[in-house]
Amino acid sequence: MFQDRMGLLSDPNRRRALTNLLTRLNTPICVLCYLAGVAWFMGLAFEPFTLRTYMSENAMGSTMVEERFPAGERALVTAREFGAHKRKSGAMPVDWLVKTMQSRGLEVYTQSFSRRLPFPDENKERYMVRGTNVYGILRAPRAPRTEALVLSAPCSPDNSNNQAVGLLLGLAQYFRSQIYWAKDIIFLVNEHDLIGMQAWLEAYHHTNITGMDWAPLHGRGGSIQAALSLELSSDVVTSLDLVLEGLNGQLPNLDLANLFYTFCQKQDILCTIQEKLQRSDWDSVSGYSQAVQTMALMVLKQASGRPWGDHGLFLRYHIESATIRGINSFRQYKTDTTTVGRLLEGMFRKLNNLLERLHQSYFFYLLPSLSRFVSIGYYMPAFGFLAVILLLRALDLWVQLGALPSVTEDGVGVTDQSSSPSLVSILTPVVISHLTGAALYTLPVLSQELAVQHFPVSETEAVVLTAIAIYTAGLALPHNTHRFMLAEGTEQGWRVLKLVAVLYLAVLLSCTALINFSLGFILALTLVPVAAFVTPHVPKVLSAVVMVLLAPGCTLLYCVFAFQELQEAPVSLIDGWMLFLSVISQGMLDHALYGSLVYPLLALFIYPCWLILWNILFWK
Amino acid sequence: MAAPLTLLVIVAVTIRAVLFRSSLAELISERVEVVSPLNSWKRVVEGLALLDLGVSPYSGDVFHETPLTIYLYHFVIDYAEIVCMIADGITAVALYLAVQVYNKNVFRKQKYALEADRYPHDCLELMQTPKELFYVPLKVAMFYLLSPFTILSCVAKSTCGINNAIVALFVLCTIKGSALLSAIFLALATYQSIYPITLFAPALIYLLQRLYIPVNLRRQSFWLFTLQYAFMFVGSLVVIVGLSFFLLGSWDYIPSVYGFILSVPDLTPNIGLFWYFFAEMFEHFRLFFICVFQINVFFYTIPLSIKLKDHPVFLMFMQIAIISIFKSYPTVGDIALYMAFLPVWSHLYRFLRNIFMVSCVLLACSALFPVLWHLWIYAGSANSNFYYAITLLFNVGQVLLVSDYFYAYLRREHHLSHGLYLKKKDGSEATLVLK
Repeated sequence: MFQDRMGLLSDPNRRRALTNLLTRLNTPICVLCYLAGVAWFMGLAFEPFTLRTYMSENAMGSTMVEERFPAGERALVTAREFGAHKRKSGAMPVDWLVKTMQSRGLEVYTQSFSRRLPFPDENKERYMVRGTNVYGILRAPRAPRTEALVLSAPCSPDNSNNQAVGLLLGLAQYFRSQIYWAKDIIFLVNEHDLIGMQAWLEAYHHTNITGMDWAPLHGRGGSIQAALSLELSSDVVTSLDLVLEGLNGQLPNLDLANLFYTFCQKQDILCTIQEKLQRSDWDSVSGYSQAVQTMALMVLKQASGRPWGDHGLFLRYHIESATIRGINSFRQYKTDTTTVGRLLEGMFRKLNNLLERLHQSYFFYLLPSLSRFVSIGYYMPAFGFLAVILLLRALDLWVQLGALPSVTEDGVGVTDQSSSPSLVSILTPVVISHLTGAALYTLPVLSQELAVQHFPVSETEAVVLTAIAIYTAGLALPHNTHRFMLAEGTEQGWRVLKLVAVLYLAVLLSCTALINFSLGFILALTLVPVAAFVTPHVPKVLSAVVMVLLAPGCTLLYCVFAFQELQEAPVSLIDGWMLFLSVISQGMLDHALYGSLVYPLLALFIYPCWLILWNILFWK
Repeated sequence: MAAPLTLLVIVAVTIRAVLFRSSLAELISERVEVVSPLNSWKRVVEGLALLDLGVSPYSGDVFHETPLTIYLYHFVIDYAEIVCMIADGITAVALYLAVQVYNKNVFRKQKYALEADRYPHDCLELMQTPKELFYVPLKVAMFYLLSPFTILSCVAKSTCGINNAIVALFVLCTIKGSALLSAIFLALATYQSIYPITLFAPALIYLLQRLYIPVNLRRQSFWLFTLQYAFMFVGSLVVIVGLSFFLLGSWDYIPSVYGFILSVPDLTPNIGLFWYFFAEMFEHFRLFFICVFQINVFFYTIPLSIKLKDHPVFLMFMQIAIISIFKSYPTVGDIALYMAFLPVWSHLYRFLRNIFMVSCVLLACSALFPVLWHLWIYAGSANSNFYYAITLLFNVGQVLLVSDYFYAYLRREHHLSHGLYLKKKDGSEATLVLK
């Protein structure tokens, strides 16, 4: 085998045969690879191809715990009291919370924070955000308090998460009376959902990544091992939904999902992921389609790079965390708060048993259902097939470049390369594209005031519309790029440029796919065909239309529609467009507030790369 | 040619100055790919602080620079950025001048050979034209100054830049034919990081060739000159080592610098091959494998010197490359030094076989290093195996690159003596196969 490989590298005849094969059959192989990539991805959701989830962590698997939480009703009373105080004060009732937590026997602290958004957030109607986090620490009676667990419940002015706060306080009271805790348990009520969470986490870890103002914490537990965020807004629930997708597509260790699933089964609670119930008939079309939809939703959510629950920010600090969201639909079968409390009790007791951070199970996975998973080894080939296309095209271009001045593969018989393209003609489009990307990244937020003065739009609209305007203006670039170029573009020139672009795209997508598979895969699905087919010699108008339709901006639009479709909330074209605009503004806000990387990635790298390909289409 | 070189230096300095002022500088100086325990600026500062307190900088296990470096920085600590930039500038100019002289020699030799009709007739297209040769020195300087690896290394204020400058000066002095200066700089380079001692062989062969002394073990003149050069080298090494002793008043630095290089106690991940291997190994095999790994660096000198005894400058390039691939704490700055030589061999381009694949691998790996580091250290989702896999691939890529150039060089020489279009005995076209 090894000798064979070495032979392939050193034996010119065999190399020539291989290269000939790859260049002659390049297009069919590329098409085949693309289809294989898509087919592989679709196959991932098919149950026989997936693995059953299993608990890998020894400390959580073998021990038995008995749940005895009794006080569901009392928690609901507390929740109503909390709701009343919240209505009365119009914001989070900090004093009441402090008093209640203190009466439950916790060490209570508050933390105030403030944050000015780069531009108003119209979805949540906030611009200047001021708030206070309240948290109580239950000190571990049985261990040296070097580790901690967090249970959090968000409290925003708009949503009514009262039941979650009530249950949190009820659990605090109950946990206080137990003696088996070996880790501090921190009960956190954070205001303004993610912004408050961000402030608390930054203060807890003494970092300041996003330039936010927050007061330092006065009380601290040990290093946080795991965290659960609770969202309940009704007295009874029909099912519990597990949310895993965190910032930049990071996922918690799969064992946390396994833990949730095990206890849901034990407590006989209906549990879902992506709000889709698992079906038992995997071999039927509808069963398979359900699995595909669940997985596709996960891919879309992960690709968005935003935290889909308050847990999403913990992951950045290497803390395994998930959000548990109560759903109340029209189903007959209801679960009361006591049972939900017992579920959380069970999960916390198991987490309490941990000897080290969760690390045994997978960090890279996709879930077609809660009981089945696809690990990195199974899903990476889907991306691999798409990435291979780029490499094959690059190889083809390389051979063509070598062939033009009549080189045989063995290096014999070269004529002097007099027509090699000048460096300037290659660098100009690359530099100009990247400058456009930099403009797309910086200008929208910087120029909002100017735009508001001159056009009848709000700040948010101004930002989004400026971004779209710059994006569209980029399409006119090839025309202007040519003015800067002194020499005529040559046949060689576009080939070199395309080689650069294709390799650049390949490296870019591989890096993206490693960090966030879903984002890399979605971008590869639309960008790889563009990169593969574009040359100056294809029909201009048709190709231009196709290229625009496969551009990153349009990909985002499709994703918005697909997401709504999969969530069974289809939207009309106009609503979809409005949603698209709000997604753009949310993306920018996520970047500014939490440090999500999707917007800079798209603006600074992916879009310029696409522009280079666009330049090739209009090469003169 | 001085004008383009000046322009180039100005551009390079501007880029560095901008990066020094940006927020990236701090990030870059933390990267394990750019700084190693041997040359990290943080450690230099620590050593200086200890020195100022009157404590030996080598007490503790932080500082691993040589005494001369620390005294150099003692005087220029406030201008560290400028020193780093000057070091890069010196390297580039030295390489520029060295390659210029080397190319002049190559061209002269080629002309004589052509006049003497020594080449087969179909080899005319293998000749290097003055037009090609004219831009090579500038390209070398450009490859060094504008290479992202050098820029990163300089912005991190890694002392690797100074070591590179010493090696470059050594190359310049050798090619200019000054045996004494060559020996002094070789001694300095060896003193800085041991490994450059393998450059003794190419330098000796080059100087012998220059004096028209054949490499023949039976000739007295050969031994005379070898002893002379070795004496100059050892003499300057002894002077430098002694000077270091008198500066610090103790021999502390020997175990702390050379012991540290040779026994590899610090297993912080880097782009080399040592860390993972020795982190995984059972303690009682350690000594044996350290010997194997270290001998590996020095071993290639013998076969390469025999094979390339007529081409000392290429041998020098091979040695520098091998050192930077196999040394115990490699950084990207080391790689930049040997990559700067690649334009000198641009006439071998037609014989390179894997250049496309290798450059793709090197490119992809350079981008993947920070990504996998992020996944391992920050996200906690990947582990050290991911990072090492990339390290391994990167080094395989480098080895393939160097061996490809080696093969291409030998192949061209073969064609120059046997004709370009080789025929088999039966008259059919033959191809050369490396086995």
